[in-house]
Amino acid sequence: MLTSVALPVAFALVTAAFVFSIWRLLVGPDLPDRILALDTLYINAIAWLVLLGIHLASTLYFEAALLIALMGFIGTVALCKFLLRGDIIE
Amino acid sequence: MLDILLSLLILAGALFTFIGSLGLVRLPDFYMRLHAPTKATTLGVGSLLIASALYFSTHDEGVSLHEALVTMFLFITAPVSAHLLSKAALHLKLRSLAELLPDEQAARSKGDAR
Repeated sequence: MLTSVALPVAFALVTAAFVFSIWRLLVGPDLPDRILALDTLYINAIAWLVLLGIHLASTLYFEAALLIALMGFIGTVALCKFLLRGDIIE
Repeated sequence: MLDILLSLLILAGALFTFIGSLGLVRLPDFYMRLHAPTKATTLGVGSLLIASALYFSTHDEGVSLHEALVTMFLFITAPVSAHLLSKAALHLKLRSLAELLPDEQAARSKGDAR
């Protein structure tokens, strides 16, 4: 039940979410739109890695998910700081 | 029983992640678009991580606590990044759908109430 139905459907939904975010990243009319799309992309990557961890029954992927969460947050904050100040580290 | 619960949690998480990105594509202006993916973070990834914690707690020995770390970090950082994004949008003076900046809109609706 779990592996035969729920996981493939979930993988398909999260992959569709990836496609939507990439569309917004390419099209997005303003810079904050593109930063928001990048933010959504890393959230989707975390969701995908968690699903992959359940699918392969391996706990190895949580470290990767945690690293992506850290680096994605720092990236978003740095880009927003750059838009706000024109400089990241003053 | 556990299998059904896990399936429901995984499907709910994937569905909320999908809806978050769908909102990112479909909603008309930036301030509305900011709303959708933050729901994807808390509800979507949140329930996926609960499902994963349940799965690894029942399939391996002992309680799995890796997920709590990711959940806590995401729940702390999501509002911070959304706040910074909206500040950046206001700084760049992005227009909302009402052709007004949100603070001008607030001032106008306060004037209407008077």
